[in-house]
Formats: sequence, C-alpha cells, structure tokens
Amino acid sequence: MSPGTRRLSLLLALPLMTFTQSLQTLSASPAASRVVEFKLANGLQVVVIPDHRAPVVTHYVWYRVGSADEPAGVSGIAHFLEHLMFKSTDKIASGDFSRIVSRLGGQDNAFTSHDLTAYYQRISKDRLPRVMEMEADRMVNLRLAEKEVLTEREVILEERRSRIENNPSSILGEQMLAALYQNHPYRIPIIGWMHEMAKLSREDAIAFYKRFYAPNNAIVVVAGDVTVEEVKALAEANYGKLKPNPDIKARVRPQEPPHRSPRRVELKDPRAGNASVRRYYLAPSVTNAEPGEAEALHLLMKVVGHSSTSRLYQKLVADEKIASSAGGWYSSSSLDSGTIGLYAVAAQGIGLDKVEAGFDRVLAEVREKGVTDDELERAKKAFIADFVYEADSQVRLAQRYGEGLLLGLPLERLNSWPAAIANVTADDIKRVANKHFDLRRSVTGTLIPVAPEAGSGVALKPASDKS
Amino acid sequence: MTLATSTAPAPRALAGLLAVLLAVLTLLIPSSKAEAMKIQEVKSPGGITAWLVEERSVPLIAMRFAFEGGNAQDPNGKEGLANFLAGMLDEGAGELTSKEFQERMETIAMRMSFDDSRDAFYGSFETLTENRDKAVALLALALNKPRFDADAVERVRGQLLAGLAYAARDPDRVASEQWAAMAFSGHPYGRPASGTPASVQTIMRDDLAAFWSRTFARDNLRVVVVGDVDAATLAGLLDTLFAKLPAKATLTPVAQTQPKAAELVKVIDMAVPQSVARFGLPAMPRKDKDFMTAFVLNTIVGGGVMSSRLWEEVREKRGLAYSIHTSVQPYKQTSIFSGGVATKNEEIGQSLDLIRAELKRFAAEGPTDKELADAKSYLTGSFALRFDSNAKIANQLLWILQEELGLGYVDRRNSEVEAVTMADVKRVAKRLFEGKDLIVTIVGKPKGLAATPAKRS
Repeated sequence: MSPGTRRLSLLLALPLMTFTQSLQTLSASPAASRVVEFKLANGLQVVVIPDHRAPVVTHYVWYRVGSADEPAGVSGIAHFLEHLMFKSTDKIASGDFSRIVSRLGGQDNAFTSHDLTAYYQRISKDRLPRVMEMEADRMVNLRLAEKEVLTEREVILEERRSRIENNPSSILGEQMLAALYQNHPYRIPIIGWMHEMAKLSREDAIAFYKRFYAPNNAIVVVAGDVTVEEVKALAEANYGKLKPNPDIKARVRPQEPPHRSPRRVELKDPRAGNASVRRYYLAPSVTNAEPGEAEALHLLMKVVGHSSTSRLYQKLVADEKIASSAGGWYSSSSLDSGTIGLYAVAAQGIGLDKVEAGFDRVLAEVREKGVTDDELERAKKAFIADFVYEADSQVRLAQRYGEGLLLGLPLERLNSWPAAIANVTADDIKRVANKHFDLRRSVTGTLIPVAPEAGSGVALKPASDKS
Repeated sequence: MTLATSTAPAPRALAGLLAVLLAVLTLLIPSSKAEAMKIQEVKSPGGITAWLVEERSVPLIAMRFAFEGGNAQDPNGKEGLANFLAGMLDEGAGELTSKEFQERMETIAMRMSFDDSRDAFYGSFETLTENRDKAVALLALALNKPRFDADAVERVRGQLLAGLAYAARDPDRVASEQWAAMAFSGHPYGRPASGTPASVQTIMRDDLAAFWSRTFARDNLRVVVVGDVDAATLAGLLDTLFAKLPAKATLTPVAQTQPKAAELVKVIDMAVPQSVARFGLPAMPRKDKDFMTAFVLNTIVGGGVMSSRLWEEVREKRGLAYSIHTSVQPYKQTSIFSGGVATKNEEIGQSLDLIRAELKRFAAEGPTDKELADAKSYLTGSFALRFDSNAKIANQLLWILQEELGLGYVDRRNSEVEAVTMADVKRVAKRLFEGKDLIVTIVGKPKGLAATPAKRS
C-alpha cells in the first residue's frame, strides 16, 4: 500500500468497484458458511469472518453515511470528516491514531463513497483489542482544533488537484455524472466541488459527525484469525458501552424524475490522449432492482464489455479496428441507482462518431438477438470463480460483507448470489438489455485532444534550467 | 517424501515419482490456530526447481514466476519490447487463435498475466483446483508456443500507442520517466520502459519472438507455488510448463550504474494546476551491509507509515500535499532512494525546500530513539501482513528467491530489522544524504523555485 492512496475516495462509478467483484458467493465456498452476524443492544451490527491461515486480522468499521447524505452547499464534508477522524480524542493526541497503529505493527486507512465511509486496520490478532478500543473511542469522542482542520483542508484540496484537476479524464467523468443525475446527489463528486471544499469548516465537520457517527449507524466487520466468541466479547466491551443516537433516520435522498432526453458532454483538452468516448446509463442498483434484474445486468455487461472476449472489444477493436480499446461495465453497489458504462478509445484517424455508432450497433444486436448460450455459460463461470478467488483474501471478504450489509442486503442474499446468477436465463438478459439501454436515460461524453492554446505550452519540452 | 540436506541430484527413478524436498522451513510468526508456513523446495524430474507452500483450505493454486532479464534487455531503438511481449502472451498460442485462447481461459476461469520490470519478466498464474490440469496446459502453450499473429501484433500495438499518448499527458508518468531519463542517461535504466511511439512502431513479430526465445529459459527462471497442490504433483506440472524451454538464456550484460544529474532540477512544462515532483539520490544495493539500515531509515523518513518525518512536515503540519512518500529501490545494477510529492504550482518549491531541509537535518542529527523504536516495531509487527493470502505469500517468496535471500530469510528478517542500531542509522543517514543534492524533476507550471540550490561543483 503506497502512502499515496491513504484516506482515499472510493469512486463507485468506476468499473473496478462493481459488485461483480464484491458480491457473488458460492455455497461450496469455505467463506460463506463461516460468516456470522449479530447485533449489539445499542444497534451496532457485527460480522465475523474467521480465517485461521495467518495470525492476523482485518478490522473494519463501516458507517451508513456517504457524500450523498451531505447537506446542500457543503459538498465533500463526508470525505473531509473521514480525514479528520485521524486527528484527536480525549485519549488520543492529534495525529496519534495512525502512529499508534503502525507502532503496533498495523496498517490503517479509510475511504469514502457516495453511500458509505469505512475505516480499517490490518494487524496482528493479539492487537485487535487495542485497535477496537481506539475505533470505538473515535466513533463518539472526536475532538477537532481549528488549526488542524484548516491545515487538513489544504490536504483535501491537493487531493482534488491530484485526482481530478490534473486529469482531464476525471474531469469528464465528473461532468458526466453531474449530467446523468438531474436531481439525486450522486451528481455531486464524492470529494466535493472545489469552491465548496475551500469553505468547509470545523463546525461543518462536527455537525456532520454528530449527526451520523453512532453505533446504530455502523457495521463492524472482523475477518481473520478470530472466533465468533472472541469478537462478541471484544465488541461488547468496546462498542457495547456507546450510546445509540436516537436521531439516526432512514436514508431518504431526492430521487430522479423521468429522464426525457439524452445528454451529451464534450471536453476538449490539450492534455487528453487519443480521442475517447464514454456513455453512462441509469440502471437499477442492487437494492432497488427487481428480483434477478441486477444479476442479469451483471451477466449482460460481462458479455458486452468485460475483457477482450467481449462483444465491444471483438467488434470495435478486433474486427472493425475503429477503436484501440473498448469495454463496458455495470455497477450495482449503491443505494439508489446503479450505472451501466461503455467506453472506447478511437483508433488513429477514426472519428468518435464512428466509434459511438459502433456502441449502438453492438447494443442493438444484443437487444435484438440476446446473448449466446456459450457466452452466458462463460459469464456465469467467471462470476462463480471470482467468488472462490475472493476467498483467498480476508480483506476482500471483509469488504464484500461489509459493503453488502451496509447497502441493506441480508446475509442470505449475499450468500445466495451465485445461485441467483446461475438462475439467469438468456431471455432475462435480453429483457434487461431492452429495458435499460435507453438513450433517454443516458449521457455520452467525449474527450477530445486539442492543440494547446498559444502560451499554454503543454508540449513536453524542458523549461529553462532553474538550477 | 524424502528429506535431504544435501543438494546432490536425486536418483532419476525416485525423482520421477517423488519431488525431492531439499529443505523444509517453518515460519516463526506467532501462531494460534494458524499453522506455521512450510516452504518446500521442489525439484522436478526435468530439473525445474520451485518453492512450494501447500495450503489446502482454499481450492486455489497461485503461481508466480520470473525470468531474469526485463526491459533493460530491450535493444536500442526497440524500447518497449518487453512490455509489448507482456501484452502478447494471451494473444494466441499453439493451435489457438487469440480469441480462442482467451475464451478458453474464461471457460476454465484461469487467471494469467505478465509484466516486465527493469530486471525481470514476470508471470502470474492462478487456477481453481478443479481446473488445474487444463489451466496448466494453457499456460504451457502461452510460454512455449506463442503465435504472435500479425493481426494480434497490430491490435496490441494500437493499444500500446494509445497508452503512450495518454501517459505523455499524465504528470506522474512523465515525472517518473523524465527522472529516470536524466538520472540514468545513456544506461538501459534511463530508457522509457514502455517505449516511445517511434520505438513501438518499429517492433515487429521477429523482435517479439527473439526476446521471448532468448529470455524464456530454465537457468534464469524462478518459480513459487502456493496453494492446493502437493510436491509430487507440482513436480509434474513444472515439467509441463518449463522443461522444454532452452537451458540457457542469452542476456545482454547490463552495466552497474549510479544515478547522476545533468541538472539538479529539471522542469517539464505542462498546463496543470498541481506540480508533480520526483526526487532521488543514489542508495546502496541489496547486498550492501547497510541495506537493511537504509530500509529502516526510509521508514522513518518517508516510507510506509502515516507518521514519517516527511508526512509530518509536508502534509500534517502544513497541508502542502495529499501524498508524500519515499522508498529505497534496489535494482540489479543500481539502487536509489527516491520519492514523490505533488503540490499546487504556487507552493511546490516550498514542499521541495522542506524535503531538502529535512533530509539535511536527518543527516546531521539522525532520528530520535522513539522514531527508531517505532519504525522497528512497525516493520517487525507488520511483516506477517504480507503472508495472509496465497497470492501474497507467492509474491513475497518470489521476491525472496529473486533477491537470493535464501529459504531462511522469512525467519531471519525480523531479527535483521531489530539489529539495526541508532549508530547504524546515523552513519547510513550521512552516507545517503550528507553533501548530496536531490535530483529532481517537476512536471507542471511551478512558480517560485528560486530557493532551489545551485549544483555543487
């Protein structure tokens, strides 16, 4: 883990974080049968995933709050608070949290998405009591000094520059989400808009903290060399004494109106590489999809866009040679809405209109004829195998169950995901393709390289020698 | 199973049935129910040696292997050749075209990927136990009979060129490449690992085949396997995969080198709001007696933990950067202490001045007792975290094999960290930093770099 990724924003719109990698299960797996869930009297949900191969544990706290729960005008406060959680409490001096964890031979970090904020430590099993004590402490006892808040605000502004401002592809993605969602806060970037981030205050952070951080708004996951009894005792001793917050409410966000017209976003930037095109469609999330729908969408997009055997790659890259890369994905792991995505980089000398027409041909074909038995079979096998591979990593298991439960999926649903995948038919796939490849519910974005304006000088020439 | 302490070749007949275990080692990390990790050295009938850790609780097998000879072996003018080859090995082999090969990989849920570094060409392979033999057969095809079909070569070339076009505008990539280009000017380590648009255009099928045939051999191969397989079975698999490769690789010697600066601060102009800087200095090679001390020192200065000196000074106290990190990177023919930081254009000069001042102070004063104790406590305590999955164990063991640290390293490593004294760190801090100027590349539109030092004469 490089320090550069510390306290990172987790951008759920990215294909890397789709549920294809975090939710399938297989009854034959050694992991599913071991997972145990219980609740403390104060409402804290606890999950234990024993794995005795190495004497280490992964301890996660997942809060049911993310950037989509922010009040208007303070975009980025969820992520900013995540940074500030590493400051002080009555028992921990400022900045000592991570210092203590590393002195104990552990590694820690945190991340924020639209729907969740998570903190974790990876550490030798005998140090679990100590990190649990520290995590319980900062759940309710955070203290923030004005100066450290202002300094940390500079850090998140630099983080935004690194992640977004320095990268035209990220800027386009941000613009596209802002256009895809017309009413839902998913249109606001997780890290926040620069002008609002620059004004975030200690008071904003504390108000957000007091409103959302409480045992009855959190899930603790412990994976690794522990027993359920050990975790039960530890959780009672550390988290059990915390008072619940009676004001925690159901998470109701503004929802999308019917979408009536396709949107387009064009970004011309001298820093773009080859011209590229992307498209996002609104889609159901795993929590609001009809039974079997999310599973069918995952399989559909595996066939359409995953890897070089996919329809998009085979048509646009291998056969027609109009793109140098192409693919697609389905992200279902959010509370209110999922996303389907397509992308392609144009081959040399090929216009983006041609590439986009290629998208439409591939989608039209799958809407009309569906997928082949062979494609469906391979896609299903891939999902089930992913699950077994995931059982090798206690971190990934902790993420699968933590994230799934946070979204409100019952344990049984998480464990029966492979069966649900296996039940999907070719007809189901054709049906969801016709239902969700609806241009009116989409945004198409293009990133086009242009010559630098006079004086902006993006060319890679060495500047004057400063030494 | 035979246990032996000698390295004498096993009798042929016996070896045909049983893998010979040359050594068995127990990982001495404190363990509850977790069983101690046993590393077996397996030698196949065909003469392939591998390290094996049997782990039967998950029905998976992970293999990692490396051929010595990475992109430093790219011929002049053909920069990016190793990288190109890494993209071609799942593009058809034997009777299977690219599409057929990849569909078969999916059908059996096999995972295979290749990667190049400066000094080695890496392979990563994972399979479910139930598909083991089919997956091994497919990997064997990729290694022994790659096709390099013309259409696949052109398609991958298109992807590589698009990647280069993107990377040319990525300030992180440009800063790293330009740092290497300057510090290792005239040496293979200074060349762009992924090539240039011009060099990638010149790479032909014959170039790929030539690199493959002189690099994929038995004498420069290191293999590690972790997972659901026993030694005898593995011996057979090793032969299927590797026994037919040529006995000896034909590698071009790479000279030893030291990073040096033509100019101390090189600025590459790019219209971005945040400047990205890479900085570095010569460090000591892996086999140097001071290497472990340098590794501990780096943890205190800027590596690994969210409480390093530079993290505190640049990020925590002043909010000048989101990311500030350093590392000691031993290559086969050089070693560097290097790091990176990104700060808005107006203040990048301040970040770099702070880093220089902190290294200077560290050379003069060394760490505090507490800093040293904390760093050792972190490094020894966190070592077990590198061994909590099959895939991670395999990665670690391959690295130990490549660095020739020996079977005992896993046991020895924490005591080597513990043995580092305050006097050692102070001495090595002077050796690394005293009187040395950082070699810096900055990509962006940095302002106010006036405070940067003049080059020493």
